[in-house]
Amino acid sequence: MPLLENGRITEDRWTEAVEGAPLPDGAVIVPLERLEEGLARTGQAPLGVAIGPDVDVRQLHHVLPRLELVAVTFTTFRDGRAFTQARALREHLSFTGEIRATGKPLPDQYEFMLRCGMTTVKTERAEDVSVWQQAHERFSIAYQPSILHERRQGLGLRRFLG
Amino acid sequence: MSTNTATLPVGRYAYDQIDRTFLSQRVAQFREQVNRRIAGHLTEDEFKPLRLMNGLYLQLHAYMLRVAIPYGMLGADQMRALAHIARTYDRDYGHFTTRQNMQFNWIRLEDTPDILERLADVDMHAIQTSGNCIRNVTCDEFAGAAADELLDPRIHAEILRQWSTLHPEFAFLPRKFKIAISGSPQDRVAARFHDIGLVARPGPQGRPVFDVFVGGGLGRTPIIGVLLRDNLPEEDLVAYLEAIVRVYNAYGRRDNMYKARIKILVQALGVETFREKVDAEFALMNRADYRLEPDIVAGIRARFGIPALDAPADAADTLAAGRKADPAFDRWVRTNTHPHRHPGFTSVVISIKPDGGIPGDVTADQMDVIADLADGWSFGEIRVTHMQNVVLGHVRKDRLHELWRRLVAAGLGTPNIGLVGDIIACPGLDYCSLANARSIPIAQKLSARFASPELQERIGRLHINISGCINACGHHHAGHIGILGVDKRGEEFFQLTLGGSAGNDVAIGQIIGPALPEDETVDAIARLIDAYLVLRTEGEQFIDTYRRLGAASFKDAVYASA
Repeated sequence: MPLLENGRITEDRWTEAVEGAPLPDGAVIVPLERLEEGLARTGQAPLGVAIGPDVDVRQLHHVLPRLELVAVTFTTFRDGRAFTQARALREHLSFTGEIRATGKPLPDQYEFMLRCGMTTVKTERAEDVSVWQQAHERFSIAYQPSILHERRQGLGLRRFLG
Repeated sequence: MSTNTATLPVGRYAYDQIDRTFLSQRVAQFREQVNRRIAGHLTEDEFKPLRLMNGLYLQLHAYMLRVAIPYGMLGADQMRALAHIARTYDRDYGHFTTRQNMQFNWIRLEDTPDILERLADVDMHAIQTSGNCIRNVTCDEFAGAAADELLDPRIHAEILRQWSTLHPEFAFLPRKFKIAISGSPQDRVAARFHDIGLVARPGPQGRPVFDVFVGGGLGRTPIIGVLLRDNLPEEDLVAYLEAIVRVYNAYGRRDNMYKARIKILVQALGVETFREKVDAEFALMNRADYRLEPDIVAGIRARFGIPALDAPADAADTLAAGRKADPAFDRWVRTNTHPHRHPGFTSVVISIKPDGGIPGDVTADQMDVIADLADGWSFGEIRVTHMQNVVLGHVRKDRLHELWRRLVAAGLGTPNIGLVGDIIACPGLDYCSLANARSIPIAQKLSARFASPELQERIGRLHINISGCINACGHHHAGHIGILGVDKRGEEFFQLTLGGSAGNDVAIGQIIGPALPEDETVDAIARLIDAYLVLRTEGEQFIDTYRRLGAASFKDAVYASA
């Protein structure tokens, strides 16, 4: 599955760290346990971190200024903890970099992911990209505020999407 | 926001074009998901959470569709649409649930998008009636009508319905999540048996404040909710609930579905630690984003139609004369009405528990009758209760006798509300894939056994709740007499609990002794009730006698050999 951004395929400039191998040069996503190693690299190459769903994102507080990407993961689409992690990264920690959804989310969750602050999706699922594009374009209304600060509709907490 | 209330349906939130657009987009989404499933692009495992988000279960024999009735409020037009669905897509009936919803038991997957479209035509849906998300918010069936009410809870129930509808962060929680809200000092919503129970009342400057109970529930681990926060200001209602659900989403167990409810998390962390986590989240939030400003509340409130309560000065006298002239009517008024805030009106409970019938089941024709009666007697407004009955909220006292005659003619005049015939029962093994035992036959036999209205009134207030399995959909823990179906080597047995209550005197029923075989259960309960009639003192109700004497006095009666 290619990398998705705003419902479209985009180029992936990031490399994921390979277990047991030294970190490559350039933009690399390291697992949380190799974060120190990533931070210790010389030069200013972009650094991202991949976290599991049980991680409290507040522990990234001090390193977030050095990170350009945080990858959250759906080990299964049923596990919604990544939504709370992404939203907390944006709302509590004011993280402005890329939040990447990984693992096995459903395209039907795409709108939820975006509204919780995730910006890109790289999934292990083998869906037709058009299903994701449709999921991105289908809806124009939501009933609650989100991290995207959508325009208020005027009645209740409703928002216009897109 | 100015709105012409004269054109709004009474008692419920009136959709506008934006709400309708939202629904039609969602129906289109589900139609496409069903197509993906039928074409094999979605596995059953992947499709399951999507259909559950639209209220579609796969049960023992067929799909079951659970239609949302937000806080139990329904219009006559909506009831007629439900009757149409029952006739066209089911077997001519529907079932009112303890969550104030309606279930159809014989639905075909391929019909479901059309059904949802038909529902959307009358501003209804099945969104979040199942799945691990925030479910239909329930509230007092006498909301906006009850004489003892301090604050109409429907406005905030609607705000919470909107807030929780496809909430991006909370659609995939560890488990289902249930919220109830009451605006009366008499708890008629079982606030402390919910994941979150809210009790509202007017606070400073008349603005509402809320007591927030958390971590209650029935199921296999019954727990009474604890007070997490009192006097929560209205403006913080959404923010505080967000904080609670965020903590639950982050920390609730996902390894074991039986330990995934918020009640387990609250117990595991301890109330103090749980409260600290919620408070910490609350303190960090951009609260302005979630603030419930007075204009937001006013905007929602303005979409609710208000009944023009206008009765002749002698309405109550007319009713009194009618009662005097007709003892059967008099009895029904005693059992099946509830005091209204207006002296010329009353709220009527239509029993969906006929003698020997299936609690909560209603035919398509009866749905149409109820719709017609609502149009004729109660501003077109209908309420569904968590006791699986139906309420007409505002009936003029001088017109009550005629309403009763119509109800009796339709088989809807059973005078048993709050009495032994007013049994809560889950669908049990007749429909449910989880059940171990049949709930419905026991309910039918008990209700036939105690069919005499004189006997029922003599026994007095007595709640019998029946669940076909440990998941407790029939709320057996909260029944004065609870009946739990268990499977013993392939045979159906029934475990009795005594002393439960969902009201202000909230309590979890205690198991009285070994489970009984099916054919002995009804006799044992009859002996139990006979024992109570002997043991009680003047004016005592069953629950009082039980609390005074304890289980021992009743155990002998239950286990006496026939």
